[in-house]
Amino acid sequence: MSIADDPATDAPGYKWVGSRPIRPDGFDKVTGRAKFGADHYLPGMLEGHTVRSPHAHARIVSIDTSAAERVPGVKAVVTGADFPAVEGDAMARNVPHNSIARDKVLYEGHLVAAVAATSREAAKAGAEAVVVEYEVLPHVLTAAEATAEGAPLLHDDMITNGIDPAPEQPSNIYQRNILARGDLDKGFADADVVVEREFITKPVHQGYIEPQACVADTTPDGHTTLWVSSQGHFAMRDFSAQVLGWDITRVKAIAAEIGGGFGGKTVTYLEPIAIKLSAKAGRPVKMVMTRAEVLKATGPTSGSRMRVKMGARGDGKFTAAEIVLEFEAGGYPGSPVMPAAMTCLAPYDLENFSVEGFDIVVNKPRSAAYRAPGGPISSFAVESVVDMVAEELGMDPIDLRLTNAAVEGTQAPYGPKLPRIGMVETLEAVRDHPHYSAQLGPNQGRGVATGFWFNAGMNSSVVVHVNPDGTATVVTGSPDIGGSRASMALFAAEELGIDMELIRPVVADTETVGFNDVTGGSRVTHATGAAVVEACRLIVADLRARAAKTWDVDIDEVEWVDGQAQKTDGSEAPLSLKDIAGKWDRSGGPISAAFTHNARGAGPAFSTQVCDVEVDPDTGVVTVVRYTTAQDAGRAIHPSYVEGQFQGGVVQGIGWALNEEYVYGDDGRLQNASFLDYRIPVTSDMPMIDTILVEVPNPAHPYGVRGVGEVGIVPPLAAVANAVYQATGKRFTELPINPIRILEATMGE
Amino acid sequence: MAVSVHFSAELRMLTGGIASLELDAATVRSLIRQLDERYPGIGERLTTTGMAIAIDGDIVADALFEDLPDGAEVHFLPALSGG
Amino acid sequence: MSRTHVNCVINGDEIDFLTSDGESLLNALRDEVGLTGTKEGCGTGDCGACSVLLDGALVCSCLVFAPEAEGSTIVTVEGLADGDHLNTLQQTFLEGAALQCGVCTPGFLIAAQALLDKNPDPTETEVRYALAGNLCRCTGYDKIVRSVLDAATQMRETTGA
Ligand code: FES
Ligand code: FES
Repeated sequence: MSIADDPATDAPGYKWVGSRPIRPDGFDKVTGRAKFGADHYLPGMLEGHTVRSPHAHARIVSIDTSAAERVPGVKAVVTGADFPAVEGDAMARNVPHNSIARDKVLYEGHLVAAVAATSREAAKAGAEAVVVEYEVLPHVLTAAEATAEGAPLLHDDMITNGIDPAPEQPSNIYQRNILARGDLDKGFADADVVVEREFITKPVHQGYIEPQACVADTTPDGHTTLWVSSQGHFAMRDFSAQVLGWDITRVKAIAAEIGGGFGGKTVTYLEPIAIKLSAKAGRPVKMVMTRAEVLKATGPTSGSRMRVKMGARGDGKFTAAEIVLEFEAGGYPGSPVMPAAMTCLAPYDLENFSVEGFDIVVNKPRSAAYRAPGGPISSFAVESVVDMVAEELGMDPIDLRLTNAAVEGTQAPYGPKLPRIGMVETLEAVRDHPHYSAQLGPNQGRGVATGFWFNAGMNSSVVVHVNPDGTATVVTGSPDIGGSRASMALFAAEELGIDMELIRPVVADTETVGFNDVTGGSRVTHATGAAVVEACRLIVADLRARAAKTWDVDIDEVEWVDGQAQKTDGSEAPLSLKDIAGKWDRSGGPISAAFTHNARGAGPAFSTQVCDVEVDPDTGVVTVVRYTTAQDAGRAIHPSYVEGQFQGGVVQGIGWALNEEYVYGDDGRLQNASFLDYRIPVTSDMPMIDTILVEVPNPAHPYGVRGVGEVGIVPPLAAVANAVYQATGKRFTELPINPIRILEATMGE
Repeated sequence: MAVSVHFSAELRMLTGGIASLELDAATVRSLIRQLDERYPGIGERLTTTGMAIAIDGDIVADALFEDLPDGAEVHFLPALSGG
Repeated sequence: MSRTHVNCVINGDEIDFLTSDGESLLNALRDEVGLTGTKEGCGTGDCGACSVLLDGALVCSCLVFAPEAEGSTIVTVEGLADGDHLNTLQQTFLEGAALQCGVCTPGFLIAAQALLDKNPDPTETEVRYALAGNLCRCTGYDKIVRSVLDAATQMRETTGA
């Protein structure tokens, strides 16, 4: 049965799905046994160290590695010259040249060379002995600078895509995108209220606690085993092969436990470098980033400049929206401006709109995906303007959103009609929650915002084995970043009808299971989960066939109930999974089923959130005093980890709203490349985050799953800003809303 | 097998401003072939540069071989991934 | 390179290892002693992933020079369980889903242990301030704080305090 013709059942009555067991990998993680990226050690292993650009923009005149090679203990040095040349435009250069620079460095921290040596100190000494001669070039740090007349170009062959006719001169704009429908002039003419504002956000980092780390062990015949902490070891294999110019079969990647990613570990940095160092040295090489390297050379998500204009009738119905988004991509193209454009109006049913997006290169680290990439940025702007419209109309902000809410059949701004969604349900859940009507104290304010994320399907492969003792092994290739092994075991327990403790979920290496796309886009519980369900259903069909053989009856006379084959007329004693598994070799051989698919039917997710802040008028410090989030999970497979996803996304969003930002000096260097100065929220900054699990099942998943990982980070930026407005009467259109901004705005009064 | 095809604002640059049309096509591949005959160059744009296709609202990456049900509503949009 | 010989007690075992003078206790524990449960998130004292108890005091092992550990008693995350018997905090972290990726968990468990050793009946605010030196990017802290409070309650019940 395909997933699409197997509609979700609304009936709960599940035994395992929806319960809260201890996760299968939990014991290892509370006892220190779990092996993360940096926890692998091999005999004879070398330590790697990097040489990175101190300049934001420079031409590499020469690199002299001879002194480095003479440092005692140094076994290998690599530079860009050790990797194949790349044909093509800036997008084609993106992965290989960001991994290691060739003729130019495009941001401070851009990798230029790397050294492997017998100890950390020797590797460091070797790296310091690499002599790089730079011709420093003028740099651009913001969208405004990069698009100014006469701005220095990062890529002198970059012609903007998406403009007709194509420009003749190169620029720093890689791409212009546009989404549009209806008639803007008419829409604004129909409006009783029009609000227009400009917004600015800074780059922020994913902030995973585990820095990038890998160990590569390359044999003399040119095959490598790569232990890597990433959101996709298949992706790391493929990226490495691409950068090295190798056949994919030469790289076997093993998924280490991963210490957070949030999108930032879907892309390659160290892996091809470690493999090449290992190949040159003939020994295993470990590379681990420092926190400063993580902040300077990985992630972040884009800074932006945005203009939003929205119109509404007196009754609240939106009539038009005109939006321009300029996103900083970093040194190579690929900012999330397109998903930002596609998501920011998706909560609403709107006839006339235009969203124009620009992907602009600047001399900052190449941006990487960050949780609902682009969504929080554009939604900050749109949801702030929606709040202003509500105020002008004198309407409750939730009522205004309900007036305009997208429902099943609404044509989404990105094109298709929406399937069954839970937008209205999340709004009503917040409106009806006691938080929404609770009394506020002095200097306090309340804000709401809503958000959308597509969620993703993509490719997953799994294998399920039933063992002779009646246990089962569930093999996937999706790195488990937040408890997905628990969900996989719950699905298998539910389908096979055996106890979850009898199921061992594992994440296999790239030679053991078929291809899996990265763990991202909130796709694993949906796509890999559905693959586990389908593989288990193949197993059950096999078990029924074996029972039918045993009883010498037609398979139609055998049904699978509670982990047992039962003869429909009850004339035979039931055979349990364990009974059948015990006789596997006499009933047809090993009991095993594989299932692969490019999953369809990802169910869009919505989240509505309400935030109370208190603003200290003397210090300008904003404290979040109460927070409630309602999010449509479709179906919560392990509710504790679903709540955890909601809460984690919210707190990242609060950090983004109030404190986090990349601070650059005039020299183009990052001023706050440490957790001391790039301050993410800590325990004492936060209240408890109340969660409301909304469950509007996704009809295209066997258990109704929608992704839960991403949409939670979309609303907080505006929810916080709207709350600060209510508390201070000041509208903040630039993030972060830190004490300096608050005091600047409120002083002089 | 009539299906309705809808173009994003960007693709409209290649269709001379046409926003949607009806065609007979049983698969995505045949649909793209026919579109390319009408609007030379659009086939390459639709198959090579990170496009996804929504068939009756379900977003599908790499949908070239996908069957199109009669009356399907097809939208071309940029491919996406997530964090 | 000259190396220093360090003797100490780690998780109840007498251990000795060689280290160089500039090496951190964190690196020595991981590279020389093979206890990789203690994590590095920053190396600068800002994240708490490397937390250990050094003579009963909570320290960031990335900020301690390895030779300073001479003669000391150290507890790392590997020393919290008694054989296959998890301690109360480990148990409530699992039951309360206080970890997602789990890389911050060793540091939080050690920091929470240090708190409960001193203050068996902390308020939510006290827990939040005691753990403010430990960063977690996954959970939003809610379930961590609840799990620590749960552990405190359970530990008070079993000791009859
Ligand atoms: S690694 Fe020691 S505090 Fe971060
Ligand atoms: S669980 Fe991932 S950092 Fe805390």
